[in-house]
Amino acid sequence: MSELSHDQPLEQEFPLVQLNALECVRSDRVLFTDLSTNVLSGEIMQIEGPNGAGKTSLIRILCGFLTPAAGEVSFKGKSIHEDVIFYQSHLLYIGHSHGVKAELTVMENLTFYAGISSTKSDANLSEAIKGVGLYGYEDALCSDLSAGQRRRVALARLLITDASLWILDEPFVALDKKGVVWLESLLIAHAKQGGAVIFTSHQDFISHASIKRLNINEFACIPDF
Amino acid sequence: MSAYRNLGQVLHPVVFFTIVVSLFPLSVTPLPETLSLIAPGVIWVAALLATLLSLDSLYRTDYEDGSIEQLVLAPCSKVIVVFAKVLAHWLSSGVPLIIISPLLGVLMHLNGEGIKVTMLSLLIGTPVLSLLGAIGMGLTVSLGRSGMLLSILVLPLYIPVLIFGASAIAAAQMGLAYSGQLAFLGALLSLSISLAPIAAAAALRIAVR
Repeated sequence: MSELSHDQPLEQEFPLVQLNALECVRSDRVLFTDLSTNVLSGEIMQIEGPNGAGKTSLIRILCGFLTPAAGEVSFKGKSIHEDVIFYQSHLLYIGHSHGVKAELTVMENLTFYAGISSTKSDANLSEAIKGVGLYGYEDALCSDLSAGQRRRVALARLLITDASLWILDEPFVALDKKGVVWLESLLIAHAKQGGAVIFTSHQDFISHASIKRLNINEFACIPDF
Repeated sequence: MSAYRNLGQVLHPVVFFTIVVSLFPLSVTPLPETLSLIAPGVIWVAALLATLLSLDSLYRTDYEDGSIEQLVLAPCSKVIVVFAKVLAHWLSSGVPLIIISPLLGVLMHLNGEGIKVTMLSLLIGTPVLSLLGAIGMGLTVSLGRSGMLLSILVLPLYIPVLIFGASAIAAAQMGLAYSGQLAFLGALLSLSISLAPIAAAAALRIAVR
């Protein structure tokens, strides 16, 4: 019987995302060093730290925009730079600037992103727009929307995406209270379905879901004077 | 990618092109002989500058609203992404120049053959300008107001296109064979179609650092 347990599927052996001894240097300043952690399927990880601690830098390293000064990020056991397309087809990133085109309508924005990122085969764009509370705004130009509404357009991508790993940089910014609750429940639902979420925020979750916290300050490099 | 919603992006290069060319009859001389002599150079230099000014629309708004990051994260080859961007840029800023050029040819007293070759050389040459511009724009978009640096980087690369484009029109105007110059332009086009997107894709990755 014990032999059977060795025949676990390969994916089970690796955590979804593995951060291995990451070090980040920005303009000659070591932001963090030897940062290692894992994110498993079904986990939500909140990256915390004061302003300038390197939250966004860490997010950009995780997305592959920045190369860490040392260490590497692995996805399902493979370095993210080894098979970029594979990683990118499982990743959904919504950054601080959320990539909503002002001169396109809500529907056109979503159609564009449905085209350039991996999307559920049964994705219904008008349902997604309804889901983020923008029913009736489908054909409104995004330049006419408020900051919170534009953020919602970007978040509508979460409803149509097929990606298992969501990386969100300050997703709660500009959202109203109801929106925050809605987004939290969406993240929890995604984790329950076996996905993983990594996000930065200064706010704590309102609901009592168990989330993993990563405080960057614990990995800060103590300057030697 | 639909720049047509923002009409200014399409109109500005064309209007700029038209105004710059029409400055020459006003400032240099209205004499037909002189005008037709300087026309090839004037039209091509103006086309070059109009394209240079329009390059900003290639990535600028994408960089500002963050969609450039989403383009880099698209799970496909970045060469295809860049190629699509360049094609959209050429359609919105190169093609209008070609369409307006016969009018400017008449303004500059070019003969029929000269006008035909003006359109032909622009048709082959302007995609090269867009392709090379994508490399420079990718390198400079993250630097903020980088118009001057972009010109310094890109204009020297435009010189071969300028030489062969202008000399093709000049040859046609004088009734000489111009297929050689156009062939050179074609060679530049195929060279830049095959290689520039690779360089521009690498530049795009630098833009999101």
